[in-house]
Amino acid sequence: MSGIPHDHYEPKTKGEKWLDSRLPIVGLMYNTLMIPTPKNLNWMWIWGIVLTFCLVLQIATGVVLAMHYTPHVDNAFASVEHIMRNVNGGHMLRYMHANGASLFFVAVYAHIFRGLYYGSYKAPREVTWIIGMLIYLLMMATGFMGYVLPWGQMSFWGATVITGLFGAIPFVGEALQTFLLGGPAVDNATLNRFFSLHYLLPFVIAALVAVHIWAFHTTGNNNPTGVEVRRGSKEEAAKDTLPFWPYFVIKDLFALAVILAVFFAVVGFMPNYLGHPDNYIEANALATPAHIVPEWYFLPFYAILRAFTSEVWVVQIASFVTGGIIDAKFFGVLAMFGAIAVMAAVPWLDTSNVRSGRYRPMFKWWFALLVVDFFALMWLGAMPAEEPYASFSLIASAYWFAYFLVILPLLGVIEKPLPQPATIEEDFDSHYGPNADAGKTAVKPAE
Amino acid sequence: MNMIKKLTVSALVALGLSTSGALAAGGGDQHIEDFDFSFEGPFGAYDVNQLQRGLQIYTEVCSACHGLKFVPIRTLGDAGGPMMPEEQVIEYAKQFEVFDAELDDFREATPTDHFPASNLEDAPDLSLMAKKRAGFHGPYGLGINQFFKGIGGAEYLASLLTGYTGEEKEEAGVTFYENTAFPGGWIAMAPPLYGDDVEFVDGHDTDLHHLSADVSAFLMWTAEPKMMARKQAGFAGVIFLTLLAVLLYLTNKRLWAPVKHRNED
Repeated sequence: MSGIPHDHYEPKTKGEKWLDSRLPIVGLMYNTLMIPTPKNLNWMWIWGIVLTFCLVLQIATGVVLAMHYTPHVDNAFASVEHIMRNVNGGHMLRYMHANGASLFFVAVYAHIFRGLYYGSYKAPREVTWIIGMLIYLLMMATGFMGYVLPWGQMSFWGATVITGLFGAIPFVGEALQTFLLGGPAVDNATLNRFFSLHYLLPFVIAALVAVHIWAFHTTGNNNPTGVEVRRGSKEEAAKDTLPFWPYFVIKDLFALAVILAVFFAVVGFMPNYLGHPDNYIEANALATPAHIVPEWYFLPFYAILRAFTSEVWVVQIASFVTGGIIDAKFFGVLAMFGAIAVMAAVPWLDTSNVRSGRYRPMFKWWFALLVVDFFALMWLGAMPAEEPYASFSLIASAYWFAYFLVILPLLGVIEKPLPQPATIEEDFDSHYGPNADAGKTAVKPAE
Repeated sequence: MNMIKKLTVSALVALGLSTSGALAAGGGDQHIEDFDFSFEGPFGAYDVNQLQRGLQIYTEVCSACHGLKFVPIRTLGDAGGPMMPEEQVIEYAKQFEVFDAELDDFREATPTDHFPASNLEDAPDLSLMAKKRAGFHGPYGLGINQFFKGIGGAEYLASLLTGYTGEEKEEAGVTFYENTAFPGGWIAMAPPLYGDDVEFVDGHDTDLHHLSADVSAFLMWTAEPKMMARKQAGFAGVIFLTLLAVLLYLTNKRLWAPVKHRNED
C-alpha cells in the first residue's frame, strides 16, 4: 500500500497462509498499522486520530439517540426532551453528540490549517487534500442537518435561511429550494429528509475517510520539514521513519486523552455554552428570532456570505455585467462557496517549490494573518449585519480570497526560501542529537 | 518544552473557537443581577430545600397561568431534584386534572403524568425557560463571560422577577409593565411576585428577592433536571481521562526515549 519501502506481512503458519491466499486482510491491517511514518511529526499531526475518534463517537451516540428521537414536527422537540429526561443516560448522550460536533469541527479546522501551513496539499498529495475537502463539505452538511433535528427556533430558522441560499440561484433556484425542502417552506417533509440524510452522510464520510487514509498511505505522510522520506532502500527509509504502531499510536492516544479530558469538562460542566438558548424554544414559523445565527463552525463562511451587499462595487459590477442575473444575494452565495472552492484549489494556486511554511519567511506572516482573518470572520459572522461589522466583514472576506488567489501565487515567485534540511533524519537529529553515543554532548534537554 | 508549547497553542485555539460560539448570544441594555446560586460552577449542587420552596411558589403563583408540560410529576422525587418522598408526590399530583384519552374524560393526575401545560395561551411554558434565556452576553456581545459566570438563565429569571419598576403603559388595549431585565424594557406579564406571596412552613424569608431566587432555582431544575448526574459524569470523565493521559504520557516518553537518544529518567 505504501510507496515507502518497508517490511511486509509474511504469513507463517498454515492457517495464516490459508487465509492470506483467500483474503489478505491480515496483511492489509499489518501494512496499514505499520506504515513508515516520518519520525519528526509534531503535535499538529494528532488531529487525524482525533477526527477519526469524533466520527466514531458521533455515529455511536447518534445511533442510540435515533432510537429515541421522532422526526416529526409535532413530536421532535418533545422527543428530545424525552431523551433529556427519561432515557437512561440520555442527557449525556445528547450533550456528547451536540458537543461532539463542536470537537469535530475544532479538530477539522486545526487539521486543515496544519495542512495549509506545512504544505500538505502540495504534490503528490493533491488527491488526499481534495478528498479531505469533500469530507469537510459533508461534515458541514451533516452538522447543519443535525442542528435542524431538535426542531428549536434556531433549527427552523437556520434551515429556512440556509436553504434560502439555494433559492438565490438564478432561474432554477426556487425549484431547487422546493425540491430540497420537499415543499414550499421548511416543514415536516424537510425534517424527515434531514433526519434521513443526517443518518446517511456520516457513513459516506466514513467511506471517504478510508479513501483519505488510502491516499496518504500511498504518498506517505507529509512532515514539518516538507522534505520527503528517502525511498532508495528499506534501510534508508528506516532512518527517516518509525512504524505507526507503536510510536505514533501511543503518541496520538496521549493527545486524544488530553483533548477528551477537556471535552468531558465541557460536556459535564457547560454543555450548552456552544449552543444557542433560542434552540430551547420550540420551532415557530410565526415568530422570527431577533438574530438568526448559525452554529459557530459556520460563522466564518456565514460572514463571507453576508459581506457582499448590494452597496459593494464588485457586486454592482457583477450585477451590471450579467444584466442583473447575479444579484447581491446570489453573489454572497457564490462568495461563500467560492471561499471553500479556493481552499480546495490551493494545490494549484500555491506556486512555491518549498512545501513547509517553516522555510518560507514571507509566507509565515501571510499565513498567520490568514489564521487571524479566520477568527475575525468567525466573530463577524455572529455580529448583527450593520456597521462597522459590515465593512470589517468585507475586508476580512477580501483577505481570505486574496490569500489564495493573489498572495500564494505571487509568493512562490518573489519569496526567497530558507535552506531546508537534506533529510528528515537531519532535522530530527538537530533536535535530539545525532546518535546514542554522542547523546551526552549534543542532546538538548529535549522536552 | 516544545510539546507543552504546542499543546498550549492547541488548547488556546480550541478555547478561542469555543468562546466564539457564545457570540451568538446577542446583546441588549438589560440589567441582569448576578444572583449567587448554589448550583453554579463544577462543584455546585441544587439546594433541595430551595427547590422545594421554588416548587411551592410555582404551584401557588406561577401555575395559575404557566405550565411545565415537559416535566413528569414523578421526577419531583428524583435524586438530584426536589427529592420529595413518594407519598408526597402522589398527593401533590392529585391537585391537577389531566385529560385521559382512554377515559375520554378528565381525571386526577398521577405521578406518571406531566405537569399541565399553560392555562393562558400567552403564558409561555416554563419547563425550559431557564435554558431559553441567556443572562450574560458580554463583553461586547462576545459571550466570553458565560465561561466564568455560566449562561445565566436562572439569573435572568430572578432579575426579571425583581426587575419591575412599577411603571405601566397601555398600547392597543394591552398593559405593559416596565422591567429592567426584559429585552426592550416592557413586558406584558404583570408583576407576579411582590414579597410575602407564599408562606413557608420552615419560616424561610419570603421577601421578593428570596422568592425570586427560589423559584428561579426551581425552574433551572425543571430545565436541567439531570444537572447533578451530568456533573458527576463530567468529573468521572475528567479524572479518569487525566489518569489515562498521565499513563499514556509516561508510556510515550519511555517508548520514544531510545529514538530520541535519551536516557530514561
